[in-house]
Amino acid sequence: MAEKITVGHVHMSGCTGCLVSLADNAEGLLTILDKYADLVYGLTLADVRHIPKMDVALVEGSVCIQDKISVQEIKETREKAAVVVAVGGCACYGNITRFGRGGQPNQPQHESYLPVGDLIKVDVYIPGCAPCPQLIRNVCVMAYLLLKGTKDQQELAKKYLAPLMQLAERGTEACGCDLMYDVVNQGLCIGCGSCAAACPVRAITHEYGKPNVNREMCIKCGACYAQCPRSFFNFDVVTEFEAISDLIAGALK
Amino acid sequence: MGTELGKYKLCVSARSTDKDILKKAQDGGIVTQLFKFALEEGIIDGAIVAGQGDEPWRPRPFIATTVEELMTTPGTRYNISPQVSWIKEATRSYGLDKVGIVGTPCQMQAVRKGQLYPVGLRDVDDKIALAIGIFCMENFPYQSIKQLVEDHAGMKLESVKKMDIGKGKFWVYGARGQVVQLPLKVTHKYEQPGCHVCLDYVSNLADVSTGSVGSPDGWSTVFVRTRKGDDIWSKAIGAGCFETKPIEQVKPGLEMVSKLANEKITKNQKTVEERAKFGVNKALRNPYIKP
Ligand SMILES: Cc1cc2nc3c(=O)[nH]c(=O)nc-3n(C[C@H](O)[C@H](O)[C@H](O)COP(=O)(O)OP(=O)(O)OC[C@H]3O[C@@H](n4cnc5c(N)ncnc54)[C@H](O)[C@@H]3O)c2cc1C
Ligand code: SF4
Ligand code: SF4
Ligand code: SF4
Repeated sequence: MAEKITVGHVHMSGCTGCLVSLADNAEGLLTILDKYADLVYGLTLADVRHIPKMDVALVEGSVCIQDKISVQEIKETREKAAVVVAVGGCACYGNITRFGRGGQPNQPQHESYLPVGDLIKVDVYIPGCAPCPQLIRNVCVMAYLLLKGTKDQQELAKKYLAPLMQLAERGTEACGCDLMYDVVNQGLCIGCGSCAAACPVRAITHEYGKPNVNREMCIKCGACYAQCPRSFFNFDVVTEFEAISDLIAGALK
Repeated sequence: MGTELGKYKLCVSARSTDKDILKKAQDGGIVTQLFKFALEEGIIDGAIVAGQGDEPWRPRPFIATTVEELMTTPGTRYNISPQVSWIKEATRSYGLDKVGIVGTPCQMQAVRKGQLYPVGLRDVDDKIALAIGIFCMENFPYQSIKQLVEDHAGMKLESVKKMDIGKGKFWVYGARGQVVQLPLKVTHKYEQPGCHVCLDYVSNLADVSTGSVGSPDGWSTVFVRTRKGDDIWSKAIGAGCFETKPIEQVKPGLEMVSKLANEKITKNQKTVEERAKFGVNKALRNPYIKP
């Protein structure tokens, strides 16, 4: 096997659910660590105190701007990592931490939490709360192919990662309202139901085929919009679903 | 014939050999028959179909886990049934490991995007055992169908026996035997707007896709597309589920399917392009470029 890539897990203000999702890949994760990636940094997983140089940083959680260490570490992450991936709703969009306003024991003055992209440039988004283990897995495999694969594999990885990079460019705010603003209001909704299936808090129902978001329930994780086939639909990748699924399954054997 | 029909391993004209299914089905009963076979053989342990909703002719996604349940769902309802909304619940609340799903081409696109980019679909990607796609030129909101049937065709929705789009007309069949046909000119404006940028007519991304176009009345055109689809279809043929004819030997045949597919794609591609200059130096979003 060709050389591995180096990966780190950077823990900001998150609940460790994203890390658990990564670990939920079970044998898949072991294969990834065995064949493709060396874990060079991770609060609970690797005994390293300072953020080292690495190929890919998986960042979980939003950044508390009253916490100097977090701010410093996220900046350092940008310097040290070739590719920064925001894993999960909090890192991408703030998610539940958007509702934080301080007052909690131990550090009551910690009240302002920003998505990672408000402080550094983020390359790839994996939205959702918790993010889906299979999407984290797919991104890990594609990141490996991008950095170490054959020419064809690199091309595929680029195409696969493109929409997740575009999501990162799109911005740091997400809400169930995006379905109205960017899908229904744009004349694009097809009533498929993907948004409702994706919502972790069941905030979305369909009224006569169109999404209805219970905005009090929405935690702003960004899963619905990213899952919607009318947020992005890249024919060049999705049409090849059979071959790509085979490739990923093969890589994890 | 080029890419408009998608990739496929096999294309035939077919109909179910089950009289009861044929009586209730929209066309050749392909969808119901194939799910019935897959349920009986344990290839799927449930199927997301379009069941009866709260109002006449209003569908809702419904998970059939038995043949009896499945037999309440044949026939086309020409309005939106958000099939994909149950895809995660099917594997959770219903505990299904092998899920069947039927849907329009766009819903097949949603399923495949969901397998490759499972943002909020934990543990779903490897549980899609049989995705059956139907052909689709356009869909309608429920209120459009109500207006078409009640205002234009002058019938009560609850007394309608069947609706069909074919031979350039929208057909409404009443329980008393009356038949009203509306020209598609009338129905066009009632279509779901999102359909106007849709670039798939024959469910290119399904395991097996089917529709009436191309085959004689009571028969269906069937594309077998993936390894999974091929495996299940050949087992079903082996079990005598379907009567088939080579597509080359039926009228109007594959050329008609190609013609309609090309018409749809060309028209909608134009709409996609017009959206790029919809306002004054302001574009509408194009999901095929970026989110
Ligand atoms: C909106 C729409 C537009 C269509 N346009 C065309 C067309 O242009 N050309 C063409 O050849 N065929 C078209 N079809 C397909 C056709 O009407 C039949 O559904 C198809 O041939 C299957 O018939 P069957 O006898 O094999 O299936 P059956 O055994 O009768 O089963 C039909 C299946 O379709 C499901 N279903 C019914 N309504 C919906 C819905 N609204 N959304 C999702 N699933 C549904 C049911 O649950 C059932 O499982 C369209 C279907 C729909 C829903
Ligand atoms: S509606 Fe649901 S899926 Fe969408 S952002 Fe809100 S919580 Fe997330
Ligand atoms: S996921 Fe489907 S139903 Fe939801 S907004 Fe997008 S197109 Fe509409
Ligand atoms: S025309 Fe396309 S978008 Fe509209 S329902 Fe049919 S498949 Fe979906």
